[in-house]
Amino acid sequence: MRKGKIDKWMEGYRESLEKRPERKKVFTTRSGIPIKPIYTSEDLNDFDDEKKLGLPSEYPYTRGIYPSMYRGRIWTKRLLVGLQSPETFNIRQKDMLRTGQNGINFVPCNSYFRGYDSDTVDKVLLGRCGTTVDSLKDMEIAFDGIPLDKVSLAMNDFGPYMMVASLIAMAEEGGIPISRLQGTTNQSDFISHYISCNQPIRFELDGHLRILTDHVKYCTEHMPKWHPISVVGQHMQQAGANPVQALAFTLSTGIFYVDTFIKAGLDVDDFAPRFSFFFDISGDLFEEVAKFRAARRMWASIMRNRFGAKNPQSCLLKFHAQTSGTELTQQQPLNNIVRSSLHTLSAILGGAQSIHTDAFDEPLWIPSEKSQRVAIMTQNIIAEETGVADVIDPMGGSYFVESLTNEVEKRAWDYINTIDKKGGMFEAAKEGFVQREIADSSFGYQKEVDGGNRTVVGLNKYTVEDQEEAPEQLKVDKELIERQINRTKSLREKRNQKKADNAMKDLRNAALDPGRNLFEAVIDAVKADVTHGEIVRKLRDVYGFGRPLLT
Amino acid sequence: MQNIRVLLTKIGFDGHDRGVKIVASALRDAGMEVIYTGPWQTAEEVTEIALQEDVDVIGISTLGYDHVLIPGLMKLCKEKNITDTLMIVGGIIPPDEVPALKAAGVAEIFPPGTRMDSIVEFVRKNLKREV
Repeated sequence: MRKGKIDKWMEGYRESLEKRPERKKVFTTRSGIPIKPIYTSEDLNDFDDEKKLGLPSEYPYTRGIYPSMYRGRIWTKRLLVGLQSPETFNIRQKDMLRTGQNGINFVPCNSYFRGYDSDTVDKVLLGRCGTTVDSLKDMEIAFDGIPLDKVSLAMNDFGPYMMVASLIAMAEEGGIPISRLQGTTNQSDFISHYISCNQPIRFELDGHLRILTDHVKYCTEHMPKWHPISVVGQHMQQAGANPVQALAFTLSTGIFYVDTFIKAGLDVDDFAPRFSFFFDISGDLFEEVAKFRAARRMWASIMRNRFGAKNPQSCLLKFHAQTSGTELTQQQPLNNIVRSSLHTLSAILGGAQSIHTDAFDEPLWIPSEKSQRVAIMTQNIIAEETGVADVIDPMGGSYFVESLTNEVEKRAWDYINTIDKKGGMFEAAKEGFVQREIADSSFGYQKEVDGGNRTVVGLNKYTVEDQEEAPEQLKVDKELIERQINRTKSLREKRNQKKADNAMKDLRNAALDPGRNLFEAVIDAVKADVTHGEIVRKLRDVYGFGRPLLT
Repeated sequence: MQNIRVLLTKIGFDGHDRGVKIVASALRDAGMEVIYTGPWQTAEEVTEIALQEDVDVIGISTLGYDHVLIPGLMKLCKEKNITDTLMIVGGIIPPDEVPALKAAGVAEIFPPGTRMDSIVEFVRKNLKREV
C-alpha cells in the first residue's frame, strides 16, 4: 500500500479521536512495548522475510522447527501430574493417558524438592503438592504398567537427578535399552530456581553446576533421545519477569550452559541438539506468540553465530510451555478455564512442542480429578475442533505480530548484551541483578492491578458477591502417607547394607573427584537402594547447603 | 514515633517468594521496617528472630501447604511469651482450612489477589501493642 494513503488514514484517525477518544491513554504489551492503532505494510518496509522468517524447518526457524509442525503431529500434551503417593500418581497418570495425554510430566512432593526422605520430616507436609518419592521402589510403583519406551517422560527433577537415575535403573531391569528412553530432565536448570523460586536449591551453586555438567555428559553419551537440560524461563516469568525479560534471561542462561559444556570438553554439535526450553505463557496473547517466534530466531542465531554450531539440529529451539498459574484467580474459579484455554492457544500459535494447561482450581489446591480432566480436554478441543493446528505458523506475515516479534527480539538482545557485560548469567544471578529486575517488574505489575490500571476479571472488575461454590478439594489420604513412610523405613532395613554403604562411599569419592562422572555414581547408589535423602545429604556434605540470595 | 517492625518469613519446604517480596516492598513503602528471613525457617528460628528483633508483626507467606505448620508455630510463640505480636498469613490456604488457623491465633489471612494497601491498613489498625 502507498505510504501516502496510510498517512492520510492515520490523519483521519487522529481527528476522529477528538470526538471519540481511545479507551486508554497508552496501549502497551505486558513488557511495556507501545502498541499503535494499526500495523500496515509500512511497518515491515525493510523486512526481509527470507532472512528473518525462512520457512518451517529452515534457518532461522521463526516459523517453526519442523517441516510439517502440527499437520504431522499434534504437540505433546504434557500436563503436570503429582499428588500424594506413588500409588495415587499411578492411577491419575493412567487416567490422563487414557484421555489424551501423551507425555508424562511428573511432579514430586515438596520434601523431594528439598532433598528429604518422607520418614525424616513432619508428615503433615507430605503428598500435598506432589508425589512422595524417596527411592527406586517408589518410582517403580509410580510407573507400574506405564511403558517407559513408548511415552515421553518429563521428570521435574533436580540435581542430583534421582528420578532420572531411577528410570535408567528401571529400564535396564526391564530390558529396555536406555538409548530408547525419551523425555526431559525438566528442571535441571538450577539458575532459574536460584533466581526465581529457590525451592530445589540443595547445594551451593558450584555443586549444582558440577552435577548438571556430569548429567549432560552422561546423557549425551548414552541417551540420544533424552533432553538432559531444559532451560527454564517459566520460573522467571511466574516470579514476575515480563515476557521480554523472561526471554532474554532464558537465552542468557542457555548461553552460559553452552559455554560451560564446551569448557567441560564436549563438542557443541554433540550436546546442543538435546537442549530444550521451558516457557511461561501470560495472558498477553500476541506478545507471547511474538516471544516464542523471536526465541527461535534468536537461539538459532546464537548457536550459529556465537558458538559456530554446524549441525542444524543444534540451532533448533524446542520448547515446552505452561499456562500461567499466577494469573488465575481464587474468585470465580471457573473463569480460569477460559484463561488457561487462551494461554494454551498462545503456545500453539507460537509453535510449542509440548504444553501444560493449568487446572482451574490451581489457585486453591492441587488439581482434582475433575479439574485436571477439563485441562486435558481443553487441549483436545483446541487440537481437534478449532482448526488452529491445521496450518503452520498462522500468525506469520501479520503486520502486527511480525512487528512485535521484531521489537521483542530487539529488546531481548539489549538485555542479553547487558548480562554479557556483567560476565554472563551465572555472575548476574550471583550478584542479584536478575532478581532485582524481576522484583521491580513484579511490584510494578502489582501496583497496576491494585490501581485498577490492569483488569483482572473477578478481582478488580466485574466482581460478584455470590462466588460459585468452591469445587471439590482433593484430600490427602493419611493411610497412603503412612504406607510411604513405612516403605522407606523398611527399604533401609531390608536392603543389602554393605552394598548401600559402598555406594554412598563411592558417591562421596565421585563428588570429590572432578575426573569422575558424578551422575554415574548417583545411578549406582539408586540401584543399591540408597534413598534420595541419603544421596542429597552426602552431596551436601561435600558441596555445602545451598541458600537463596536475599536481595 | 517508632516505625512498625515486621518480620516476614516462610516456614516449611516452599521457596516461592514473589508474593512475600511484593508485601515487603509495600510495607516498606508505607514506612515500616521489614525483616525478611528467606524460606525454609523452622518455628524455633522464627520465634528466635522475632524476640531478637522485637517485632510488632509476624507475617508468614505460604504457597505450598506449609500453613499446616502454623498452629505449631503459634504454640511455640505462646510458650516463648510472644503474645503482643500481630500474626498474619498470606498465600494459598484452602478455604475450609482457614478456621483452624484463625482458631490458632492468626489475625488475618490474605489470599492471592489481595490489595497491598489493605494489608498496610490491617497492620496499622490491628497492632497488639503501642508503637
